[in-house]
Amino acid sequence: MQYFVSVIDDRSNSGTPDEMVAIDAFNDRLQADGHWVFAAGLSDPSTATVIDNRGGEPLFTDGPFLESKEFLAGFWIIEAPDLDVALKLAAEGSLHCNRKVEVRPFL
Amino acid sequence: MSDVPEAITQVHHEQWARVVAALTRRFGDLDIAEEAAAEAFATAVERWPADGVPPNPGAWLTTTANHKAIDRLRRESKRDDKHKEAQMLSADEPPEPLGVVDDQRLRLIFICCHPALAMETRVALTLRMVGGLTVPEIARAFFVQETAMGQRITRAKAKIKAARIPYRVPSAEDLPARVSGVLAVLFLVFNEGYLTTGSGSDPVRQDLTAEAIRLARLIRALLPQDGEVAGLLALMLLTEARRTARISATGELVSLDEQDRGAWDAALISEGHQLVRERLATGVAPGRYQILAAINAVHTSARDVRDTDWSQIVALYDQLVRIDPSPIVAMNRAIAVAELDGPEVALAAVDRLEGSLAGYHAYHATRADLLRRVGRSEQSRAAYDKAIELTGNTAETAYLARRRDQLG
Repeated sequence: MQYFVSVIDDRSNSGTPDEMVAIDAFNDRLQADGHWVFAAGLSDPSTATVIDNRGGEPLFTDGPFLESKEFLAGFWIIEAPDLDVALKLAAEGSLHCNRKVEVRPFL
Repeated sequence: MSDVPEAITQVHHEQWARVVAALTRRFGDLDIAEEAAAEAFATAVERWPADGVPPNPGAWLTTTANHKAIDRLRRESKRDDKHKEAQMLSADEPPEPLGVVDDQRLRLIFICCHPALAMETRVALTLRMVGGLTVPEIARAFFVQETAMGQRITRAKAKIKAARIPYRVPSAEDLPARVSGVLAVLFLVFNEGYLTTGSGSDPVRQDLTAEAIRLARLIRALLPQDGEVAGLLALMLLTEARRTARISATGELVSLDEQDRGAWDAALISEGHQLVRERLATGVAPGRYQILAAINAVHTSARDVRDTDWSQIVALYDQLVRIDPSPIVAMNRAIAVAELDGPEVALAAVDRLEGSLAGYHAYHATRADLLRRVGRSEQSRAAYDKAIELTGNTAETAYLARRRDQLG
Protein backbone atom coordinates (compact mmCIF):
# COMPACT_ATOMS: atom_id res chain seq x y z
CA MET A 1 0.00 0.00 0.00
CA GLN A 2 1.39 3.40 -0.96
CA TYR A 3 1.00 6.66 0.93
CA PHE A 4 1.59 10.21 -0.23
CA VAL A 5 3.37 12.24 2.43
CA SER A 6 3.23 15.92 1.54
CA VAL A 7 5.56 18.40 3.12
CA ILE A 8 3.81 21.63 4.04
CA ASP A 9 5.78 24.86 4.09
CA ASP A 10 5.29 28.56 3.55
CA ARG A 11 8.52 28.94 1.60
CA SER A 12 10.01 26.88 -1.19
CA ASN A 13 13.52 25.39 -1.19
CA SER A 14 13.90 26.63 2.37
CA GLY A 15 15.76 23.66 3.83
CA THR A 16 18.87 24.45 5.85
CA PRO A 17 22.07 22.42 5.29
CA ASP A 18 21.43 20.55 8.56
CA GLU A 19 17.91 19.70 7.45
CA MET A 20 19.19 18.47 4.09
CA VAL A 21 21.64 16.14 5.83
CA ALA A 22 18.88 14.80 8.08
CA ILE A 23 16.53 14.30 5.11
CA ASP A 24 19.22 12.45 3.13
CA ALA A 25 19.90 10.13 6.07
CA PHE A 26 16.15 9.50 6.48
CA ASN A 27 15.82 8.77 2.74
CA ASP A 28 18.67 6.27 2.94
CA ARG A 29 16.86 4.50 5.76
CA LEU A 30 13.58 4.46 3.84
CA GLN A 31 15.44 2.78 0.96
CA ALA A 32 17.21 0.30 3.20
CA ASP A 33 13.94 -0.70 4.91
CA GLY A 34 11.98 -1.05 1.68
CA HIS A 35 9.63 1.90 2.26
CA TRP A 36 11.08 4.12 -0.44
CA VAL A 37 9.16 4.76 -3.65
CA PHE A 38 9.96 8.34 -4.60
CA ALA A 39 10.55 11.74 -3.06
CA ALA A 40 11.12 15.23 -4.36
CA GLY A 41 10.98 18.89 -3.55
CA LEU A 42 8.84 21.24 -5.64
CA SER A 43 9.54 24.71 -6.96
CA ASP A 44 7.62 27.64 -5.60
CA PRO A 45 3.87 27.76 -6.41
CA SER A 46 4.50 31.01 -8.29
CA THR A 47 6.22 28.89 -10.96
CA ALA A 48 3.10 26.79 -11.49
CA THR A 49 0.78 26.89 -14.50
CA VAL A 50 -2.79 25.62 -14.43
CA ILE A 51 -4.06 24.09 -17.67
CA ASP A 52 -7.70 23.51 -18.55
CA ASN A 53 -8.17 21.61 -21.79
CA ARG A 54 -11.70 20.44 -21.09
CA GLY A 55 -13.10 22.84 -23.68
CA GLY A 56 -10.90 21.57 -26.52
CA GLU A 57 -8.75 24.67 -26.52
CA PRO A 58 -6.09 24.50 -23.76
CA LEU A 59 -6.36 27.43 -21.41
CA PHE A 60 -3.17 28.30 -19.54
CA THR A 61 -3.33 30.24 -16.29
CA ASP A 62 -0.24 31.57 -14.58
CA GLY A 63 0.05 30.56 -10.92
CA PRO A 64 -1.16 27.68 -8.70
CA PHE A 65 -4.74 26.39 -8.67
CA LEU A 66 -5.01 27.36 -5.01
CA GLU A 67 -3.48 30.47 -3.51
CA SER A 68 -2.54 29.84 0.10
CA LYS A 69 0.05 30.85 2.60
CA GLU A 70 1.08 27.25 3.19
CA PHE A 71 1.50 24.90 0.27
CA LEU A 72 2.94 21.62 -0.93
CA ALA A 73 6.70 22.15 -0.93
CA GLY A 74 7.73 18.53 -1.45
CA PHE A 75 6.62 14.97 -0.93
CA TRP A 76 7.48 11.39 -0.25
CA ILE A 77 5.73 8.41 -1.72
CA ILE A 78 6.23 5.58 0.70
CA GLU A 79 5.33 1.92 0.77
CA ALA A 80 3.84 0.77 4.08
CA PRO A 81 1.62 -2.16 5.07
CA ASP A 82 -0.87 0.02 6.99
CA LEU A 83 -1.57 3.49 8.32
CA ASP A 84 0.22 2.93 11.62
CA VAL A 85 3.49 2.26 9.82
CA ALA A 86 2.86 5.16 7.43
CA LEU A 87 2.15 7.51 10.34
CA LYS A 88 5.30 6.45 12.12
CA LEU A 89 7.40 7.07 9.01
CA ALA A 90 5.66 10.38 8.36
CA ALA A 91 6.30 11.46 11.95
CA GLU A 92 9.99 10.73 11.46
CA GLY A 93 9.88 12.56 8.15
CA SER A 94 8.37 15.61 9.84
CA LEU A 95 11.09 15.53 12.47
CA HIS A 96 13.93 15.19 9.94
CA CYS A 97 12.75 17.81 7.46
CA ASN A 98 11.50 20.04 10.28
CA ARG A 99 8.19 20.73 8.55
CA LYS A 100 4.53 19.77 8.96
CA VAL A 101 3.53 16.81 6.80
CA GLU A 102 0.23 15.32 5.66
CA VAL A 103 -0.38 11.63 4.97
CA ARG A 104 -2.87 10.42 2.38
CA PRO A 105 -3.36 6.91 1.10
CA PHE A 106 -3.35 6.25 -2.63
CA LEU A 107 -6.62 4.92 -4.02
CA MET B 1 -41.69 -16.82 25.53
CA SER B 2 -42.46 -13.40 26.99
CA ASP B 3 -38.86 -13.08 28.18
CA VAL B 4 -37.45 -13.47 24.65
CA PRO B 5 -37.28 -9.72 23.93
CA GLU B 6 -35.45 -9.30 27.21
CA ALA B 7 -33.07 -12.11 26.31
CA ILE B 8 -32.40 -10.49 22.92
CA THR B 9 -31.64 -7.17 24.61
CA GLN B 10 -29.23 -8.89 26.96
CA VAL B 11 -27.58 -10.89 24.17
CA HIS B 12 -27.26 -7.69 22.15
CA HIS B 13 -25.52 -6.04 25.07
CA GLU B 14 -23.17 -8.95 25.66
CA GLN B 15 -22.55 -10.17 22.14
CA TRP B 16 -22.76 -7.19 19.78
CA ALA B 17 -19.09 -6.21 20.01
CA ARG B 18 -18.05 -9.87 19.87
CA VAL B 19 -19.99 -10.47 16.65
CA VAL B 20 -18.77 -7.24 15.03
CA ALA B 21 -15.20 -8.02 16.09
CA ALA B 22 -15.33 -11.57 14.73
CA LEU B 23 -16.65 -10.33 11.40
CA THR B 24 -14.20 -7.46 11.19
CA ARG B 25 -11.40 -9.93 11.66
CA ARG B 26 -12.76 -12.24 9.03
CA PHE B 27 -13.73 -9.71 6.36
CA GLY B 28 -11.37 -6.88 7.21
CA ASP B 29 -14.17 -4.37 6.71
CA LEU B 30 -16.07 -2.49 9.42
CA ASP B 31 -18.96 -1.70 7.12
CA ILE B 32 -19.62 -5.32 6.21
CA ALA B 33 -19.14 -6.38 9.82
CA GLU B 34 -21.57 -3.85 11.17
CA GLU B 35 -24.28 -4.43 8.57
CA ALA B 36 -24.07 -8.20 8.87
CA ALA B 37 -24.19 -8.01 12.67
CA ALA B 38 -27.26 -5.76 12.50
CA GLU B 39 -28.93 -8.16 10.05
CA ALA B 40 -28.15 -11.13 12.29
CA PHE B 41 -29.76 -9.42 15.28
CA ALA B 42 -32.78 -8.53 13.14
CA THR B 43 -33.07 -12.20 12.18
CA ALA B 44 -32.88 -13.15 15.86
CA VAL B 45 -35.74 -10.77 16.64
CA GLU B 46 -37.79 -12.50 13.92
CA ARG B 47 -36.96 -16.10 14.73
CA TRP B 48 -36.24 -16.46 18.42
CA PRO B 49 -39.79 -15.75 19.65
CA ALA B 50 -40.97 -18.82 17.65
CA ASP B 51 -37.85 -21.02 17.73
CA GLY B 52 -36.65 -20.12 21.22
CA VAL B 53 -33.30 -18.62 22.18
CA PRO B 54 -30.52 -20.93 20.90
CA PRO B 55 -28.28 -22.58 23.52
CA ASN B 56 -25.26 -20.54 22.41
CA PRO B 57 -26.70 -17.22 21.20
CA GLY B 58 -23.27 -15.69 20.53
CA ALA B 59 -22.24 -18.51 18.20
CA TRP B 60 -25.67 -18.49 16.51
CA LEU B 61 -25.37 -14.74 15.86
CA THR B 62 -21.78 -14.98 14.60
CA THR B 63 -22.68 -17.81 12.21
CA THR B 64 -25.78 -16.01 10.98
CA ALA B 65 -23.86 -12.75 10.54
CA ASN B 66 -21.14 -14.62 8.62
CA HIS B 67 -23.73 -15.97 6.21
CA LYS B 68 -25.23 -12.51 5.77
CA ALA B 69 -21.81 -11.06 5.04
CA ILE B 70 -20.96 -13.80 2.53
CA ASP B 71 -24.34 -13.30 0.82
CA ARG B 72 -23.62 -9.61 0.55
CA LEU B 73 -20.14 -10.14 -0.87
CA ARG B 74 -21.54 -12.70 -3.32
CA ARG B 75 -24.11 -10.19 -4.54
CA GLU B 76 -21.45 -7.53 -4.86
CA SER B 77 -18.94 -9.77 -6.58
CA LYS B 78 -21.51 -10.63 -9.25
CA ARG B 79 -21.99 -6.93 -9.90
CA ASP B 80 -18.44 -5.91 -9.30
CA ASP B 81 -15.01 -7.36 -9.76
CA LYS B 82 -13.33 -10.65 -9.11
CA HIS B 83 -11.21 -9.50 -6.23
CA LYS B 84 -14.29 -9.34 -4.01
CA GLU B 85 -14.75 -13.01 -4.77
CA ALA B 86 -11.27 -13.73 -3.48
CA GLN B 87 -12.25 -12.02 -0.25
CA MET B 88 -15.35 -14.15 -0.10
CA LEU B 89 -13.36 -17.35 -0.55
CA SER B 90 -11.03 -16.53 2.29
CA ALA B 91 -14.16 -15.98 4.38
CA ASP B 92 -14.92 -19.68 4.22
CA GLU B 93 -12.26 -20.52 6.78
CA PRO B 94 -13.79 -21.64 10.06
CA PRO B 95 -14.09 -18.79 12.57
CA GLU B 96 -11.49 -18.62 15.30
CA PRO B 97 -12.63 -20.02 18.62
CA LEU B 98 -13.53 -17.24 21.02
CA GLY B 99 -11.29 -17.49 24.05
CA VAL B 100 -11.89 -16.29 27.58
CA VAL B 101 -9.75 -13.24 26.94
CA ASP B 102 -11.39 -12.06 23.78
CA ASP B 103 -8.88 -9.61 22.38
CA GLN B 104 -10.89 -9.17 19.19
CA ARG B 105 -13.11 -6.73 21.04
CA LEU B 106 -10.06 -4.91 22.30
CA ARG B 107 -8.80 -4.64 18.73
CA LEU B 108 -12.16 -3.19 17.79
CA ILE B 109 -11.83 -0.56 20.51
CA PHE B 110 -8.38 0.38 19.28
CA ILE B 111 -9.52 0.68 15.68
CA CYS B 112 -12.40 2.94 16.78
CA CYS B 113 -10.11 5.04 19.00
CA HIS B 114 -7.33 5.42 16.44
CA PRO B 115 -5.43 8.71 16.81
CA ALA B 116 -5.92 9.45 13.09
CA LEU B 117 -9.64 9.98 13.83
CA ALA B 118 -11.03 13.13 15.44
CA MET B 119 -11.87 12.69 19.13
CA GLU B 120 -15.62 13.15 18.58
CA THR B 121 -15.52 10.59 15.77
CA ARG B 122 -13.71 8.13 18.03
CA VAL B 123 -16.46 8.48 20.63
CA ALA B 124 -19.22 8.02 18.06
CA LEU B 125 -17.56 5.06 16.37
CA THR B 126 -16.81 3.34 19.69
CA LEU B 127 -20.44 3.66 20.73
CA ARG B 128 -21.63 2.27 17.40
CA MET B 129 -19.17 -0.55 16.73
CA VAL B 130 -18.28 -1.61 20.27
CA GLY B 131 -21.26 -0.39 22.27
CA GLY B 132 -23.87 -1.36 19.70
CA LEU B 133 -25.77 1.91 20.07
CA THR B 134 -27.76 2.90 17.01
CA VAL B 135 -26.91 6.02 15.05
CA PRO B 136 -30.07 7.85 16.27
CA GLU B 137 -29.14 6.99 19.86
CA ILE B 138 -25.62 8.36 19.44
CA ALA B 139 -26.94 11.45 17.68
CA ARG B 140 -29.33 12.06 20.59
CA ALA B 141 -26.60 11.57 23.16
CA PHE B 142 -24.41 14.21 21.54
CA PHE B 143 -27.18 16.49 20.32
CA VAL B 144 -26.34 16.46 16.67
CA GLN B 145 -28.54 15.69 13.70
CA GLU B 146 -28.97 12.03 12.93
CA THR B 147 -27.81 12.54 9.35
CA ALA B 148 -24.71 14.39 10.51
CA MET B 149 -23.87 11.61 12.96
CA GLY B 150 -24.50 8.99 10.28
CA GLN B 151 -22.17 10.80 7.90
CA ARG B 152 -19.49 11.15 10.55
CA ILE B 153 -19.55 7.40 11.21
CA THR B 154 -19.64 6.58 7.50
CA ARG B 155 -16.68 8.87 6.80
CA ALA B 156 -14.73 7.32 9.65
CA LYS B 157 -15.33 3.82 8.33
CA ALA B 158 -14.30 4.96 4.85
CA LYS B 159 -11.08 6.46 6.22
CA ILE B 160 -10.30 3.29 8.17
CA LYS B 161 -10.69 1.29 4.99
CA ALA B 162 -8.97 3.64 2.52
CA ALA B 163 -6.05 4.60 4.74
CA ARG B 164 -5.82 1.03 6.01
CA ILE B 165 -6.01 1.67 9.72
CA PRO B 166 -4.97 -1.71 11.07
CA TYR B 167 -7.32 -3.93 13.02
CA ARG B 168 -5.01 -4.82 15.89
CA VAL B 169 -4.00 -3.99 19.41
CA PRO B 170 -1.03 -1.62 19.10
CA SER B 171 2.43 -2.98 19.73
CA ALA B 172 3.81 -2.86 23.27
CA GLU B 173 5.78 0.34 22.63
CA ASP B 174 2.75 2.19 21.22
CA LEU B 175 0.26 0.79 23.70
CA PRO B 176 0.61 3.30 26.57
CA ALA B 177 0.10 6.25 24.22
CA ARG B 178 -2.84 4.60 22.50
CA VAL B 179 -4.53 3.42 25.70
CA SER B 180 -4.67 6.98 26.96
CA GLY B 181 -6.74 7.92 23.89
CA VAL B 182 -9.11 5.02 24.54
CA LEU B 183 -9.49 6.06 28.18
CA ALA B 184 -10.21 9.64 27.13
CA VAL B 185 -12.99 8.35 24.86
CA LEU B 186 -14.48 6.24 27.63
CA PHE B 187 -14.32 9.14 30.08
CA LEU B 188 -16.14 11.39 27.58
CA VAL B 189 -18.82 8.75 27.06
CA PHE B 190 -19.20 8.37 30.82
CA ASN B 191 -19.37 12.09 31.52
CA GLU B 192 -21.92 12.62 28.78
CA GLY B 193 -24.07 10.01 30.52
CA TYR B 194 -23.45 11.39 33.99
CA LEU B 195 -24.25 15.01 33.24
CA THR B 196 -26.13 14.90 29.97
CA THR B 197 -25.95 18.19 28.11
CA GLY B 198 -28.82 19.81 26.29
CA SER B 199 -32.21 20.73 27.64
CA GLY B 200 -35.25 18.53 27.28
CA SER B 201 -33.32 15.31 27.78
CA ASP B 202 -32.93 13.01 30.73
CA PRO B 203 -30.38 14.58 33.09
CA VAL B 204 -28.63 11.22 33.39
CA ARG B 205 -28.10 8.68 30.63
CA GLN B 206 -27.51 5.45 32.47
CA ASP B 207 -27.05 3.58 29.20
CA LEU B 208 -23.98 5.68 28.47
CA THR B 209 -22.45 5.41 31.95
CA ALA B 210 -23.08 1.67 31.95
CA GLU B 211 -21.52 1.27 28.52
CA ALA B 212 -18.42 3.23 29.51
CA ILE B 213 -18.02 1.10 32.63
CA ARG B 214 -18.52 -2.09 30.67
CA LEU B 215 -15.82 -1.10 28.17
CA ALA B 216 -13.47 -0.01 30.95
CA ARG B 217 -13.94 -3.40 32.63
CA LEU B 218 -13.11 -5.06 29.34
CA ILE B 219 -9.88 -3.11 28.99
CA ARG B 220 -9.07 -3.72 32.63
CA ALA B 221 -9.44 -7.48 32.13
CA LEU B 222 -7.00 -7.32 29.24
CA LEU B 223 -4.53 -4.82 30.71
CA PRO B 224 -4.68 -5.58 34.43
CA GLN B 225 -1.30 -3.97 35.10
CA ASP B 226 -2.20 -0.58 33.65
CA GLY B 227 -2.65 1.86 36.54
CA GLU B 228 -4.65 4.43 34.63
CA VAL B 229 -7.08 1.80 33.32
CA ALA B 230 -7.68 0.72 36.92
CA GLY B 231 -7.89 4.37 37.96
CA LEU B 232 -10.49 5.26 35.36
CA LEU B 233 -12.58 2.20 36.18
CA ALA B 234 -12.42 3.05 39.90
CA LEU B 235 -13.32 6.67 39.17
CA MET B 236 -16.34 5.63 37.12
CA LEU B 237 -17.51 3.08 39.71
CA LEU B 238 -17.24 5.56 42.58
CA THR B 239 -19.08 8.18 40.55
CA GLU B 240 -21.74 5.76 39.31
CA ALA B 241 -22.28 4.56 42.89
CA ARG B 242 -23.76 7.98 43.72
CA ARG B 243 -25.94 8.23 40.64
CA THR B 244 -29.33 7.49 42.19
CA ALA B 245 -28.68 9.85 45.12
CA ARG B 246 -27.66 12.62 42.75
CA ILE B 247 -31.09 13.42 41.29
CA SER B 248 -34.06 14.15 43.57
CA ALA B 249 -37.59 12.82 43.07
CA THR B 250 -38.46 16.15 41.46
CA GLY B 251 -35.59 15.89 38.98
CA GLU B 252 -33.25 18.29 40.70
CA LEU B 253 -29.52 17.80 41.05
CA VAL B 254 -28.54 17.00 44.64
CA SER B 255 -25.10 18.27 45.56
CA LEU B 256 -22.60 15.93 47.18
CA ASP B 257 -23.03 17.41 50.67
CA GLU B 258 -26.82 17.02 50.51
CA GLN B 259 -26.96 13.49 49.13
CA ASP B 260 -28.51 10.63 51.07
CA ARG B 261 -25.39 8.57 51.56
CA GLY B 262 -27.48 5.54 52.47
CA ALA B 263 -28.66 5.49 48.86
CA TRP B 264 -25.14 5.09 47.48
CA ASP B 265 -24.38 1.73 45.90
CA ALA B 266 -22.24 -0.04 48.49
CA ALA B 267 -21.07 -2.77 46.11
CA LEU B 268 -19.76 -0.29 43.53
CA ILE B 269 -18.08 1.75 46.26
CA SER B 270 -16.41 -1.29 47.70
CA GLU B 271 -15.16 -2.36 44.28
CA GLY B 272 -13.89 1.16 43.57
CA HIS B 273 -12.12 1.38 46.92
CA GLN B 274 -10.53 -2.00 46.31
CA LEU B 275 -9.09 -0.77 43.00
CA VAL B 276 -7.78 2.43 44.58
CA ARG B 277 -6.11 0.47 47.41
CA GLU B 278 -4.62 -1.91 44.88
CA ARG B 279 -3.05 0.99 42.99
CA LEU B 280 -1.76 2.62 46.18
CA ALA B 281 -0.11 -0.67 47.14
CA THR B 282 1.93 -0.74 43.92
CA GLY B 283 3.73 2.43 45.02
CA VAL B 284 3.84 3.56 41.37
CA ALA B 285 3.26 7.30 40.90
CA PRO B 286 -0.42 7.70 40.01
CA GLY B 287 -1.73 9.39 36.87
CA ARG B 288 -4.71 11.67 36.47
CA TYR B 289 -7.46 9.05 36.67
CA GLN B 290 -5.91 7.35 39.67
CA ILE B 291 -5.73 10.64 41.57
CA LEU B 292 -9.33 11.49 40.65
CA ALA B 293 -10.35 8.01 41.79
CA ALA B 294 -8.50 8.53 45.08
CA ILE B 295 -10.32 11.85 45.61
CA ASN B 296 -13.62 10.07 45.03
CA ALA B 297 -12.53 7.30 47.39
CA VAL B 298 -12.02 9.88 50.15
CA HIS B 299 -15.47 11.37 49.51
CA THR B 300 -17.16 7.98 49.50
CA SER B 301 -15.34 6.87 52.67
CA ALA B 302 -17.17 9.46 54.74
CA ARG B 303 -20.52 8.20 55.97
CA ASP B 304 -21.41 11.82 56.75
CA VAL B 305 -20.25 14.88 54.81
CA ARG B 306 -18.90 16.34 58.10
CA ASP B 307 -16.48 13.41 58.35
CA THR B 308 -14.90 14.18 54.96
CA ASP B 309 -11.12 14.35 55.16
CA TRP B 310 -10.72 17.65 53.31
CA SER B 311 -7.00 17.98 53.97
CA GLN B 312 -6.44 14.69 52.17
CA ILE B 313 -8.61 15.85 49.29
CA VAL B 314 -6.67 19.10 48.98
CA ALA B 315 -3.39 17.13 49.12
CA LEU B 316 -4.64 14.92 46.27
CA TYR B 317 -5.61 17.99 44.25
CA ASP B 318 -2.11 19.39 44.86
CA GLN B 319 -0.78 16.18 43.33
CA LEU B 320 -3.18 16.52 40.41
CA VAL B 321 -2.22 20.16 39.78
CA ARG B 322 1.38 19.03 39.35
CA ILE B 323 0.52 16.69 36.47
CA ASP B 324 -2.45 18.65 35.10
CA PRO B 325 -2.18 22.39 35.81
CA SER B 326 -5.42 23.17 33.97
CA PRO B 327 -7.85 25.84 35.22
CA ILE B 328 -10.57 23.23 35.80
CA VAL B 329 -8.33 21.29 38.16
CA ALA B 330 -7.42 24.55 39.91
CA MET B 331 -11.13 25.31 40.32
CA ASN B 332 -11.93 21.91 41.78
CA ARG B 333 -9.00 22.27 44.15
CA ALA B 334 -10.43 25.62 45.28
CA ILE B 335 -13.76 23.96 46.10
CA ALA B 336 -11.94 21.63 48.49
CA VAL B 337 -9.89 24.55 49.85
CA ALA B 338 -13.15 26.29 50.77
CA GLU B 339 -13.88 23.48 53.21
CA LEU B 340 -10.41 23.60 54.69
CA ASP B 341 -9.45 27.31 54.71
CA GLY B 342 -12.83 28.97 54.24
CA PRO B 343 -14.78 30.39 51.28
CA GLU B 344 -12.84 33.71 51.12
CA VAL B 345 -9.56 31.97 50.30
CA ALA B 346 -11.32 29.75 47.75
CA LEU B 347 -13.11 32.70 46.17
CA ALA B 348 -9.84 34.54 45.64
CA ALA B 349 -8.41 31.46 43.91
CA VAL B 350 -11.52 30.98 41.75
CA ASP B 351 -11.65 34.66 40.72
CA ARG B 352 -8.17 34.32 39.26
CA LEU B 353 -9.52 31.72 36.79
CA GLU B 354 -12.09 33.98 35.17
CA GLY B 355 -10.02 34.57 32.07
CA SER B 356 -10.01 30.89 31.09
CA LEU B 357 -13.29 29.63 32.56
CA ALA B 358 -15.76 32.46 31.92
CA GLY B 359 -17.69 30.27 29.44
CA TYR B 360 -17.90 27.25 31.74
CA HIS B 361 -21.14 26.83 33.70
CA ALA B 362 -19.44 25.10 36.65
CA TYR B 363 -17.16 28.09 37.14
CA HIS B 364 -20.14 30.39 37.67
CA ALA B 365 -21.95 27.82 39.83
CA THR B 366 -18.85 27.50 42.03
CA ARG B 367 -18.46 31.25 42.31
CA ALA B 368 -22.16 31.66 43.08
CA ASP B 369 -21.88 29.21 45.96
CA LEU B 370 -18.74 30.84 47.38
CA LEU B 371 -20.21 34.35 47.03
CA ARG B 372 -23.32 33.14 48.87
CA ARG B 373 -21.20 31.76 51.68
CA VAL B 374 -19.31 35.03 52.16
CA GLY B 375 -22.61 36.96 52.16
CA ARG B 376 -22.26 38.75 48.81
CA SER B 377 -25.84 37.95 47.75
CA GLU B 378 -26.19 40.30 44.80
CA GLN B 379 -23.05 39.03 43.11
CA SER B 380 -24.04 35.49 43.99
CA ARG B 381 -27.40 35.94 42.27
CA ALA B 382 -25.71 37.24 39.12
CA ALA B 383 -23.32 34.26 39.13
CA TYR B 384 -26.25 31.80 39.51
CA ASP B 385 -27.96 33.49 36.57
CA LYS B 386 -24.85 33.13 34.47
CA ALA B 387 -24.46 29.45 35.45
CA ILE B 388 -28.11 28.75 34.58
CA GLU B 389 -27.65 30.43 31.24
CA LEU B 390 -24.64 28.23 30.42
CA THR B 391 -25.69 24.82 31.70
CA GLY B 392 -27.57 22.46 29.40
CA ASN B 393 -28.54 19.96 32.09
CA THR B 394 -32.15 20.09 33.27
CA ALA B 395 -31.42 18.79 36.80
CA GLU B 396 -28.62 21.27 37.25
CA THR B 397 -30.81 24.16 36.10
CA ALA B 398 -33.44 23.21 38.70
CA TYR B 399 -30.82 23.03 41.43
CA LEU B 400 -29.19 26.35 40.55
CA ALA B 401 -32.54 28.14 40.28
CA ARG B 402 -33.57 26.94 43.74
CA ARG B 403 -30.27 28.02 45.29
CA ARG B 404 -30.56 31.40 43.63
CA ASP B 405 -34.13 31.90 44.84
CA GLN B 406 -33.09 31.05 48.41
CA LEU B 407 -30.73 34.04 48.49
CA GLY B 408 -31.79 36.72 50.93
